[in-house]
Amino acid sequence: MNNIAVKVDDLTVAYNYKPVLWDIDLEIPEGVLMAIVGPNGAGKSTLIKSILGILKPIAGSVSIYGKPYEKQRQLVAYVPQKGSVDWDFPTTALDVVMMGTYGSLGWIKRPGQKEKKASLEALEKVGMLAFKSRQISQLSGGQQQRIFLARALVQNASIYFMDEPFQGVDATTEIAIINILKELRKAGKTVIVVHHDLQTVPEYFDWVTFLNVKKIATGPVKDIFNDDNLTKTYGINYKVSIQE
Amino acid sequence: MDITEYIELVFTDYTLRTITLGTAILGAVTGMLGSFAVLRKQSLLGDAISHAALPGIAIAFLITGAKDSNTLLLGALVSGLVGTFWIRGIITKTHLKSDTALGLILSLFFGFGMLLLTFIQKQPNANQAGLDKYLFGQAATLVESDVWMMAIVTGLCLIVMLTFWKEFKILLFDADYTKTLGFNTKIIDILITTFIVLAIVLGLQTVGVVLMSAMLLAPAAAARQWTNSLSVMVFLAAIFGAFSGVFGTAISASQNNLSTGPVIVLVAAVFVVFSFIFSPSRGLLFKQIRFIKNRRDLELHKTLAFMHHIAETHEDISHPHAIKLLNNFQGYTKNTLRKLVEKDYVQLQGNMWSLTKVGFETAANLYTKQITEDE
Repeated sequence: MNNIAVKVDDLTVAYNYKPVLWDIDLEIPEGVLMAIVGPNGAGKSTLIKSILGILKPIAGSVSIYGKPYEKQRQLVAYVPQKGSVDWDFPTTALDVVMMGTYGSLGWIKRPGQKEKKASLEALEKVGMLAFKSRQISQLSGGQQQRIFLARALVQNASIYFMDEPFQGVDATTEIAIINILKELRKAGKTVIVVHHDLQTVPEYFDWVTFLNVKKIATGPVKDIFNDDNLTKTYGINYKVSIQE
Repeated sequence: MDITEYIELVFTDYTLRTITLGTAILGAVTGMLGSFAVLRKQSLLGDAISHAALPGIAIAFLITGAKDSNTLLLGALVSGLVGTFWIRGIITKTHLKSDTALGLILSLFFGFGMLLLTFIQKQPNANQAGLDKYLFGQAATLVESDVWMMAIVTGLCLIVMLTFWKEFKILLFDADYTKTLGFNTKIIDILITTFIVLAIVLGLQTVGVVLMSAMLLAPAAAARQWTNSLSVMVFLAAIFGAFSGVFGTAISASQNNLSTGPVIVLVAAVFVVFSFIFSPSRGLLFKQIRFIKNRRDLELHKTLAFMHHIAETHEDISHPHAIKLLNNFQGYTKNTLRKLVEKDYVQLQGNMWSLTKVGFETAANLYTKQITEDE
């Protein structure tokens, strides 16, 4: 078996009284392209945000390659939901991608030529180089998503967490994004994606976690992506046909 | 005193120079910090903070019995900060939305401040007169030490802003992401908020509790219209703020009895209105012009397409057709026909029209061309 890239122990998160996540234990092996699926309100985004320390869990711990997350931040990149920021912010596409370099720069130090070059490369990788000087509000939804992806790519991390990267993008962009994710996996990176479209899970991903407040199941798509787990997660009789 | 006399006086008269300098510096620093407040969607925070400062002024006076502006402003600073942290507390600890928290603290503190002011006015202390100038401000009371104070705070603010520019920017755009990069967002947040509170407190003497928030928001809102770059926006907001201060002082000094604070705010409002209308990319005027032009272009294209449709039925594309035929088409006017002739797409012969070769090709490629332009 591979190394364990991400290990979550006893993670419990609550916003008010009701837990959003209850006692999650999760091991994500290195080099997988994993989907987190579950109904609305199942805690998918919350799981990612708690792993990344954006939300404070009530209990539980997260380790990245065996060490506490706080010490391993440099290994982790995050692609938030597109709707979480104000796209009318006065800045350009290149500028947003450059923000991905701020973490390795640390406090006060400004990005220089090296960081700019890396950002331009990331923009090229997502096919957005021609839009580098474009004000971000003048980009389409799919283009904005690619900019967010490029910002994570420039972090040059080992583990990528993405919150619904396919939300509101057209078919062309979806294919472009999934190809980049597959490339990342090929390069040995671990990619964890909150995903909504169950139909595409077998085609896009090789690993899957079923989540509905509790963890229902986690493992290789070919072993556990079945009607039984889907029914347990979504609560209704689910029938998907998985192409063999 | 008229404007030219005023300009002369600015260079010769000590008092007027002090006041003008003070309002200019104040406008610059509030414009700068106001950009951050506006981009954080905390426009109303400034209003709440300035109102929350009032009881601090009254309490500082009650304790010291002195009307020294630095002491009073220290009181304002303390109660302004207390108000800010209460607002944050309410937002994070309860289910109330931020506008509710802001409104609550604003009116609560302001009410308490007014209560204290009326209490002070009933006191048999000759010194108490004039505390109410903090309600609407009185630039005429600015003295050199006040201006120095403003200059020092502005300088500090500039240094901090330039040092932590990258951190400020990323926090404003995407706070959650900033956290995942390992930055302590709380520190950046407190830094920004503290400076906003400081700037507000500095302005209380000049502009007053009630109008202070306009000094934060107006220059920033105006500046946003002209640029898509954060640094340019902050710079422009500072310039607009400074000019509002100078013009406002000039107008109020040249028209004897106009009080300075409201005039400064009105001048800032003129900047806002002007920017909303005349900004090339975001302004209403050019937007409307672009809209009308687009409509005209589309009408023209539609007419051309209609003619192309008719011309297609003939082997010879330049075969003349009756102008009468075009009357069936809604978008057609004499004007569009004239424009098409000007563009050399169409030739006229008496009552007949015919497409030129260029016109025919343009019409055939209209739709495909539009798609490539979109991309």
